[in-house]
Formats: sequence, C-alpha cells, structure tokens
Amino acid sequence: MARLTIDRAVKRFGAFPALDEVSIDVEDGEFLAVLGPSGCGKTTLLRQIAGFDKLDGGEIRIGERLVSSAEQHVPPEHRKLGIVFQSYALWPHMSVAQNVAYGLTVAGVRDPERARRVAAALDLVGLNGFAERRPGLLSGGQRQRVALARCLVTEPSLVLLDEPLANLDVHLRASMEEEFARFHERTGTTMVYITHDQAEAMALADRIAVMDRGRLLQLATPSVLYREPADVTVAGFIGDGMVLPVMVLSPPQGGRCKVNVLGIEAVVRCRPDQTITNQAKLCLRARDISLTSAEHAGFQATVERLSYQGGHFRLEARVASAPDMLLHLDAAEPALAQPGDAIAIAIHDGWVIPEAIITRQAA
Amino acid sequence: MSLADTATLRTRAEEMGLLWGLVGLVALLSLLPIGRLLIEGLAPGGQLSTTALGKVLASPATWTATTNSLVTAIAGTLLAVLIGGTVALLATLTDIRARNAFTFCFVLPLMIAPQVTALAWLQLFGPSSTLLKLIGMAPPLGSRNPLYSREGIILLLGLQYAPLVFLTLRAGLRALPKELIEAGLAAGASPLTVVRTVVLPLMTPPLVAGIALCFVSCLGNFGIPAFLGIPGNFLVLPTLIYQRLAGLGPGVLSEVAILSLLIGVIAMAGILLQDFMMRRRDFRITTTSSATRPLELGRWRTTVEILLWTFAILVLALPFLGLLSTSLIPAFGVPLNAATATLGNYAYVLLEHAASKRAFINSFLMSSGAAILIVLICVPLGYFIVWKKSRLLRLLNLAAELPYAMPGVVLAIAAILLFLKPLPLFGVSLYNTVWIIVFAYLARFLVLGLRPVVSGYLQIDRTLEEAAQVAGASLPRRLITIIFPLVAPAAVAGALLIFLTAFNELTVSALLWSSGAETLGVVVFSFEQGGDSTYASALATITVLVTVGLMLLTTLFAQRLPQGVLPWRD
Repeated sequence: MARLTIDRAVKRFGAFPALDEVSIDVEDGEFLAVLGPSGCGKTTLLRQIAGFDKLDGGEIRIGERLVSSAEQHVPPEHRKLGIVFQSYALWPHMSVAQNVAYGLTVAGVRDPERARRVAAALDLVGLNGFAERRPGLLSGGQRQRVALARCLVTEPSLVLLDEPLANLDVHLRASMEEEFARFHERTGTTMVYITHDQAEAMALADRIAVMDRGRLLQLATPSVLYREPADVTVAGFIGDGMVLPVMVLSPPQGGRCKVNVLGIEAVVRCRPDQTITNQAKLCLRARDISLTSAEHAGFQATVERLSYQGGHFRLEARVASAPDMLLHLDAAEPALAQPGDAIAIAIHDGWVIPEAIITRQAA
Repeated sequence: MSLADTATLRTRAEEMGLLWGLVGLVALLSLLPIGRLLIEGLAPGGQLSTTALGKVLASPATWTATTNSLVTAIAGTLLAVLIGGTVALLATLTDIRARNAFTFCFVLPLMIAPQVTALAWLQLFGPSSTLLKLIGMAPPLGSRNPLYSREGIILLLGLQYAPLVFLTLRAGLRALPKELIEAGLAAGASPLTVVRTVVLPLMTPPLVAGIALCFVSCLGNFGIPAFLGIPGNFLVLPTLIYQRLAGLGPGVLSEVAILSLLIGVIAMAGILLQDFMMRRRDFRITTTSSATRPLELGRWRTTVEILLWTFAILVLALPFLGLLSTSLIPAFGVPLNAATATLGNYAYVLLEHAASKRAFINSFLMSSGAAILIVLICVPLGYFIVWKKSRLLRLLNLAAELPYAMPGVVLAIAAILLFLKPLPLFGVSLYNTVWIIVFAYLARFLVLGLRPVVSGYLQIDRTLEEAAQVAGASLPRRLITIIFPLVAPAAVAGALLIFLTAFNELTVSALLWSSGAETLGVVVFSFEQGGDSTYASALATITVLVTVGLMLLTTLFAQRLPQGVLPWRD
C-alpha cells in the first residue's frame, strides 16, 4: 500500500496543455477513479504516474519517494507498480503462466516459490486450468483476468488500470467490475482506475477525480459528486444533470436556500457559504422534478418526447418561458401525457452550483 | 531513496550505453566509408581540389548514365511492384491451392545473383542459346539478342526484384486481422473493393518499404546492366563506374567516388520521400486476432492458378534450364544431345578446383555471419528509431541506406581506401583477409535487415513493451525476452534476405577478394571472364541448388519456428 501524491502536475504536448496543474492525493489503499471524456488528460495522467512520459512541472510521489518532476524521473521499471492495459498487452509468444510469472522472474523469484505464486494468482482470477494456454486462444474476459493476475502477482503497492473494461461486453463488465472490487477489498492495494464510464467509476471508486481538458474539475466521493457537483461541466457530465440559471433569494439555512428558477420559487440545497445572487446556476436531476397538477406549483412546458425505460418513461419537455431549455424527468407508467401536451413541472430539490468557490478541498 | 537513485542511474547508463554503442556502430558501418569516399572525391590523395569534380560534372556521359539509371530504376521498380504486389495479394489473400509451393517458387529468383539471371536470360534468347538449339529455334548467328536494350534491363530488374516487394507486402498482409476484411465485406463491399479501400491503404508501410528497397536495389544493380547494357553501350551509373575503373587512369578513384556520391544523392531522395509518406498517417494495427480467412475466388480460381504458375515457370524454370543446359555441354557452342551431355563441368568445380571448393565455405560462413550480426544490431536499432524516436538514429537510419544504395564496387573501393593501411591501434591490416569482405557485407546489407525490422516495430502495439517495463524488466531484458520474440518474424525475414543476397553476391567481393578469401560469385565470375561459360554455369547451377536445398531444409524445421518466420511458408 502506498500513498500517491500528485502535486500541480503539468504536461504539455507542444502548446497544448494535456495536464494543467493537476493535484490529487490518493490515500493508502484507496480506490480512486479518474473520470472524463476522451481527450480530457486522464490517460496522460496515468502515463505520468507510470513514468512512460516525463513531467514538465509539478511533482508525483509514490509513498515518500519522488518519482516524477521536471528535474527527476524514475523510469517505469523502478516504480514497482502494476498496470492493467486496455489492450491487455499480453505477450503472444508466452503461455498464460509465463505471462503471469514474468514480473517474478524479473524480480529474481525462482521456482518453486514462483510457480506457487503464479498458481495462486491464476487461482484468484479463476483461471487455474489455463496455465499452459496461449493468450491468443483466450476470450476477452479471460485475457483481462490474465492481465489482472500478471499485474497482481508481484503484489505492487499501487495498481493503475487503464480503461480495463472498455473492450469487454456489458455482461462481462459487470462480473469484472465485481472482480476488481473484490480484489481491492482483499489486497487493500491502492488503485487508480482510468475510465470514461461514470457508472463504472461510481460503482467501484472510493473517490472520483473528474477531469476535462487537462484540468481537475472535482475530486470527491461518488455521492458528493452526484449530489453536489462543483461546476457546470461536472453537473452536466455526471448523472445527466440539467443546468438552469437561477436567482438565490435567501441566505442558506440548514444547507438550503430559497431560489427563483424559471419564474417559480423553490427551496434547494446549497453550500453553507452561498451568497445571495441573481447569477447562479442550478443543477437538477431527473428525480428532482415531477409533473404536477397544481397550477401555481410548477412552470409550464410542452412534452417533446417519451421513451420507455422499463417500468417508467423518460419524459422530455420544452420549457414555455425558455424555449431553448429541454428538461427530462421520470414519469410513471402508464404515461400521463403524450408528445405535444402542455404540462406543469414542479421542482422538489436541486443544488446551487458553487461556481466561484474553490472546491479542491470538497472531499 | 539512494538505492532507487542508483538503480535509476544504472538504467539510464544502460540505455545511453546501448544508444551510443549503436550510434557508433552505424556510424562505423555507414558514415565512415561514405566519409572516406567523400574525402577522396573532394580531396584526392589528401589534396583539396575540384578538378575531378568539375571533370565528372562536365562530362555528358555522367548525365546520360544518370538519366539511364533513373529511367531503369523507376521503370524496374514499377514493374516489380506491379508483379510482386499482384502476386502477393493473390497468393496471400485468396484461396488458391498449393500456396506454399507457389510462394517458394516465386521467391526463388531473388536468390539467383543478378549477373547469373542476366547470363541465364541471355542464354535463353541469344543465337548461341543451347536451349533454343536443342529445340531448333535458335535465331540465326549474328542476329541481335533482344535483351541487349534498355527494355531488356527494365524487364530483368523488374523480374529480379518482384519477390522483394512480394516478401515485404506479404509479411504485412499476414499481420492484417481478419475482422478488418470481414467488416468491409459485411458492409456490402465486394472483395475487390475491400482490397482497394481497406487492405491496400493499411498495407502502405510494407508497400512503401518494399518500393524503397526495390528502388535502391535497381539503382545499385550492377550485374544486369553490365551484361545487357555494356554491349549496346547503354550505360547506367554503376556500369559507368566499372568502366572508369577498368580504365585505371590516374585520379580515377576520385572520379569514381564522385559518381557514387551522385547515386547516393538519388537514393537519399527516394528514401526521404518514403520517410515523408510514412509520417503522414498512423498505420498501426493491433494484432489481437487470428490471420485472415482467404477470399474465395470461385470460378476464377483455376484461371488464376494457371496464370500464376505459368508466370512462375516463365521466370524461374526457363532461365534455369538455360543455365543447366549450358552446364551440361563440354564446350560453349556445342549443341546439347545424348552424346555430348556431360557432368565433367560439375566434377571439375566440385572436386578439382581448389578455389571453388574454398569459396563454398567462405560464402556460407560470411553470409550467415553477416545475417546474424545484422539482426543483432537491427533489433535494438529499430527500437530506438521507431519507439524512442531518437532523432540521431533517424538520421543514421538514412545514412545506413547509403552503402546499399551504392553499387557494390563503390563500397568495395571505400573499404579498400579505409583498410589498405593497417588499422591505427592494432597495427593489423584487414586488406587481403576475409574480414574486409565481412565489413563490406555488414555495411552493405544492414539496411536489408533494418527495413523489415522497422516495419515490424511499426505494427507492434507498444503497450506490450510497456507492460514488461512496469514489471521491472530492464531494457536489455525487455529486448531479449519481449521485443526480440515480437519482431522475430520481421527480423528473420530480414536475415534471410541478407543471407540470400550475400551468398551469391559478386559486386563487393570482386574487388576485395584475395587468394584464400574467394567467394562463390568471384569464382563464377572468374570462370565467365576466362571464357569458361560451362564451368561458370555448372557452379552457378550448384549454388542455385544448394540455396534451394537450404530453403527446403529450413522448411523441415518450420514447425518449431514461430509462425510467419519463413517468408515462403504459411
């Protein structure tokens, strides 16, 4: 187990800032997910931690050891970490057992100790009958398990996972997700998990770092990330959030304040230091709003589209007073409205996005 | 902390040591001879002078030969790409039968030395053709052999180097995942459309590599234009150099050096063009799937098979029969029949002639030694060029092309200039030993090994190496346990090309051999020069048979080799 400290890491490709002063502190034994759309810098970050590229500024420490800075660079082979690659990166000329044994051989571990540990690792991922197979003959899920066994056999204190489930089908993803969670629980290894899939990140991680265009937007637990997004981008990216302009009318009281949104008043969650302003943004989830029959409790909208989600409908509606605003909410079965119908929408909850406030310590 | 730092320092030292070792080695093999030539061209005998330069550049013969070189090299390359490319696509992607046998036959002409090819083809058509006499179709004496022409040179260059394009393209096609073709077919494209829109674009790296290799080979070829061009006074740069050397006037070495530098410039232009094209796009393919399923030719299969085999017989069997028939007659010009046929020529070259017996051993040891050494150099070299993107080595990569782009005689002259005097620190002279030939082979054929290796690296997913790095493996260990096995197919293909090219090579050793250090090419050439065409043909026939025998022998071990290591086997 090891702490991983990334302090104001900067990496540029030409003039393009791939990492822009990113700081993340990963605790011993923590499972951290780095989440973001492709091109957000998450893979660049992983390559910096692994040591494949050199840092332009800032520092990366594994435990107490400085491994990367603009002046110092410990090569990957001396960082003692494990990586599971998206492409699995299994060596096609070696058997499954040889693939897994490689790190031990390099470290000078000899048989029978080596054979015992390889067998144990394969046993752990449920591949004990596959030792002599060639990786080319395995299925995607089996290859991923081999990659995992290969990574963990040397008991690295830090494991990096680069979109490990991206090449698997949905059914396998669920079971591999479980596998990763079980692993983390059993070994207590510090894990950094790169993904663009928020469901994966939410399900697995202790904390999630959301990145966009080389910057760290928010670092928080999945629940905080979902309930209290730090900025508009995170609000829109996580949980399909809707962002609306809002006027804050009252100072916060018990974590809530009165706001005016789309012409109606509502009481929503906010930070304790939220100031009164008419320039704020509100994050709404589908479950925060619902259809209402009471005329004055809601604002007017027109149903645009209904799609069945199994058990309920997703209803998309255009706001009458702001025609460029499309809201979506969950509507029970059977559907109460059809496309074209005029409806009223009530707001039960929401989150005032604390745009201007520094949120790095939000975790 | 301090422990980690020493490990980091050691790793850096290892990498830098390897890098600079390679830089030194490549510089020694490519820049040193070129540099020596340059000095000789600009400052003949150590005296700075432009007299020689002006003389060469003012001579119309220089520019006629340059034009001729360009025309024959470009046209020959086009022909080779047309033949080799078509055949590679048909023989690799479709369901033709007896694929191994066909591939084997198609690659064979590459192993026959160009001058032997030229000799064999001349025997086939000329008025004194033993074979045509045999069937009573020889043209009347005094009529002109149609191969003594520019078109004849282009034809034979194209035929000689078509297998080169075939081999590089085929190696690329074998790495093509079947899904890419199947996805195209599933999208409703016809097989021809898939080949045109999916396969060929992805085959750009091997195709471009093959074209570059072919172009420099045609440009530097000596044997074919020497046999077909000199009689009609159609001179290309290599034959012009040879003629100047034959004149042996004072200052001729400097003139020859300038002419060879001119060829170097042309080759560099071709190579830079290749480098430019490769940099424009990313052609990497992740090879996680099995090999391509053959496209079905349906009712066209038999037609295609007949066409392919007819072609193979025309370019392979007929010239070989020409050679064979000449080797069986007691004296040149005697018609071959049951009464005249004799094995006496074979007995002579195998049992009586001491130099020819020695030459077998020399050629074998020097060719295989050069092939192994070059592969050992090229695998780490390719690593730094492709993956570490070492700029220094990229430049040296270009430099490495020069000794191959130049005609062998020129490299030979450079080697003579370098090694005539005893080596500085050691006080021994390599001149008149086998080592000067080994040096020339290493310098000349380095690029033959490097091209396929670089092309191999371009198609390997680098995470395979990064996974080993993360596992804690040092660069030397990664090279041995991970990288070498991954590039082995490309490297062995390169080694094979080197061996086959060096085994019958003549142009380098013609000027470097000494008593006791004869090569097969030299002995064949000496026989031919002395008018002993029958001995020459017999020895050439034996070398062809030995090469074929070696190829067949390696196929016996094919099961033990990783897939795709032998270029002529599936």
